[in-house]
Amino acid sequence: MSTALALAGTLAAYRLALASAARLGRPALLNPVLLSVVLVGAVLLLTGTDYDAYFAAAQPLHVLLGPATVALAVPLHRQRARVRAAALPLLAGLLVGVVSAVGTALLVPRLLGAPEVLVLSLAPKSATTPVAIALSADAGGAPALTAALVILTGIGAAVAGPALLDLLGVRDPAARGFALGVTGHGIATARALQEGEQQGAFAGLGIGLGALGTSVVLPLLLLLHG
Amino acid sequence: METVPADDRALAGLLDLLLCWAAGEVLSRVLHLPLPGPVTGLVLLLGLLRLQDRRRPGEPRSGPAADLLLRHLGLLFVPAGVGVITYLGLLRDQALPVVAGLVVPLVVALTGTGLVVDRLLRRRA
Repeated sequence: MSTALALAGTLAAYRLALASAARLGRPALLNPVLLSVVLVGAVLLLTGTDYDAYFAAAQPLHVLLGPATVALAVPLHRQRARVRAAALPLLAGLLVGVVSAVGTALLVPRLLGAPEVLVLSLAPKSATTPVAIALSADAGGAPALTAALVILTGIGAAVAGPALLDLLGVRDPAARGFALGVTGHGIATARALQEGEQQGAFAGLGIGLGALGTSVVLPLLLLLHG
Repeated sequence: METVPADDRALAGLLDLLLCWAAGEVLSRVLHLPLPGPVTGLVLLLGLLRLQDRRRPGEPRSGPAADLLLRHLGLLFVPAGVGVITYLGLLRDQALPVVAGLVVPLVVALTGTGLVVDRLLRRRA
């Protein structure tokens, strides 16, 4: 597949996703990332196009994730006074989030009889993709499967996260953004940025600390998991 | 072509961002950090922004480049996201453990982190 076609197709799908969501009053389920993935995925399946060929052609878009992640320092810098003031509550929330995410990801699928490779591929899925892939490989999971599960987790957090936080009465913008970033990495951060810069800044912080926390907690819980 | 000062400042900001990215990739690899290069780059840029702020307080010069990249962050996840289609068979065969393994941790962690941070901040206020 040509790069031009992959980029044009992906951007067209994303524009269509944004336009449909806007027309229908932005319901949570019509998350632009989810909708674009479904649209592009459906076109690839219907035309019998190999995913690897599409992904290779779409690299110029994909590599921008690198500088975009670095760019999250800017909202964080703009919000630095708020971040400093909230340091202890954030660390407490991080600990609760990472331990419970990794712990239940190991426990629940195992109780339901999932094969071990699936359990180990699920365990690091809250972390951002490159970290999750490395952790999955170390733990004995399947890194490519982990990448898919990371994406699904992010989409799930972006789609259901804000409504769940509303339901729990979590109204503080720092708490909302941080929870979205820790559990749903960059995709949920994109959603948090839609709520506001403060939410986006704390989500960006959540990506970094969530990745760090998962790297520390997963090997420890695997020892218990046996 | 002539560059106006504001343009040049924005370009310098973009360069800051790219240099931090590059340095982050190198540091993560050489020091075997448990963080990917771009996240290490984020930490480096945060430090650079602090230094620049001391010299010239106010909106950082990497602001325009960062805002442009983050405005449509979701778009950048689409190529990797479509990769889910390569696992449709497994996701169907193991639907229950996969769905439960995705939903339970997500709900528990989102609830835990959100409530802990929100209530601790509220108690302090």
